[in-house]
Amino acid sequence: MRDLFLAYQSLVAFVGINGLLALSVYATLCCGQLSLANAGFMAIGAYTGALITLHSNAPFIAVLAAAALAPALVAVPLGLPVLRLRGVFLAIATIGFGEMVRLFFVNWDYTNGAMGLVAIPQRAGLWTIWLSLAVALYLLARVRGSRFGTALEAIREDETAARTMGIDTTAHKLAMLVLGAGLAGLAGGLEAHYTFMVAPGGYGFARVVEMLVQAVVGGTAAFFGPVAGAAFLTVLPEVLREAGSRLGFAPGPFRLLLNGLILLAVILYLPNGLVSLKRRKA
Amino acid sequence: MEQQALNGLFVGSIYALFAVGYTLVFGVLDILNLAHQAVFMLAAFIALALVAVRLPLWAALPLAMVAAGCIGLVLERVAFRPLRDRADSNISGLISSIAVATVFEAIAMQIFGPDISRFSENTFPDRIIHVGSATASLLQLCIIGISVLLMGALTLLLARTRLGRQIRAVAESPRAARVLGINVNRVIAAAFFISSALGGAAGVLFGLAFNSISPDVGRSVELKGLAVIILGGMGSIPGAVAAGFALGLIEVFTVARFGSSWRDGVSFAVLFLVLLARPRGLFGQAAAREA
Repeated sequence: MRDLFLAYQSLVAFVGINGLLALSVYATLCCGQLSLANAGFMAIGAYTGALITLHSNAPFIAVLAAAALAPALVAVPLGLPVLRLRGVFLAIATIGFGEMVRLFFVNWDYTNGAMGLVAIPQRAGLWTIWLSLAVALYLLARVRGSRFGTALEAIREDETAARTMGIDTTAHKLAMLVLGAGLAGLAGGLEAHYTFMVAPGGYGFARVVEMLVQAVVGGTAAFFGPVAGAAFLTVLPEVLREAGSRLGFAPGPFRLLLNGLILLAVILYLPNGLVSLKRRKA
Repeated sequence: MEQQALNGLFVGSIYALFAVGYTLVFGVLDILNLAHQAVFMLAAFIALALVAVRLPLWAALPLAMVAAGCIGLVLERVAFRPLRDRADSNISGLISSIAVATVFEAIAMQIFGPDISRFSENTFPDRIIHVGSATASLLQLCIIGISVLLMGALTLLLARTRLGRQIRAVAESPRAARVLGINVNRVIAAAFFISSALGGAAGVLFGLAFNSISPDVGRSVELKGLAVIILGGMGSIPGAVAAGFALGLIEVFTVARFGSSWRDGVSFAVLFLVLLARPRGLFGQAAAREA
């Protein structure tokens, strides 16, 4: 049992980190906004955390707080103009932002450009990762039951109507963008201190697509859906790896193929994600 | 200076050709087809495979375009048609196109391997031509020529033919088009075929120009294409052409001035600024519906 746990330790850690990232996408998705800036936010958090650890003796909790706070602060000036855009246009603008962040780190000599920072001490363990995830889940659960959460749902269903009812839609959307940025930054900080390294290549468009896929597959109708999706899509390729290689697939393409097919099946047949399976039976 | 301009036109012609197909589908369906880059990549690989079995290039390019068009038909059938009547179809369509793009990428990676593939030497005669004070390879000039030719053909098709009129009618209002007796599903499928064939042509030309094709080759072009269609105005074909050439020129001059590491930064800066300052782009409709 102990061997099994050790063998799968990193898998368990990545379920936690990916769960946080999927929740960060969910934060804006639950008020109907598709923002794809989260890989950029994650990069800002990861670099902030890594630089503080490498250059000071700050306690880890302070490092994580800074990793979450830095992208949240960036999200305010980004969100004010960008959140006026709707639908696909918001998605495109935020893709642009994410890529600009990545290019900034590629060109910044202080952080070794495309090579990134290495030899970051491993300060994050399973406990820290899963505790962070629990805090994030608690926060989002509280939001959901509150008056604020009801306002978010109203914005998702019909933004114009919500504004007519006196809801300050911009402030609500901005708050969720900032929360999402904070969660992505926290996940970035945790990952940097778990994998020993940060490099701009890990925070490209593909990364934010991965987060979105996990959130959508899990389902965005419930706050725990994205975590379920992250767990499912992180664990499944490992479980099926052997079957894939028996069919003659290399692990890389097999994982991609599986992700693509599952996402397609979910969006076509289960628009509310995997978590809606349970409700359907009931 | 002239040399830079020529290089800019050359890169820009590929961006424009890619973006024209992108913007055509957006104009018709109001959906961003993020699998366009995967079709671009697959067409490049198909041309590579055809040339590898000793087919001449002049036959491989049109065949790859037809294959890309057929892939476009499959894409429309699998990822877009089932979602058409859903209320949130422009977001769910975007996500399902990501899903199909992922599947295409996995297939290419499984068949051709994750590394860079190249055309063999002498696929294209290696000749240098002088244009004023600038020099260009025959290949570069051919690429500019073919792109302009294809974009011209598309413009004629949309303006003059029956299918072109039907596509424009569906873009204006699918419901009204249906009332007028147009088979909307068939017209949308045709638009996908044309868009994917053009994207495929861009892929083959890109593969020839830089002679490096890998399963993720479309990703950077996809983001450039986004900048182009935003700058040109979503759904506008002349806008995409003009913006494609403009982006190519801006990029080349930025590289000359600030170094190559900022090449990609320009397109995102352009994209971002246009969205904030003028969301309908240079040639967009007067009142953009979404922004």
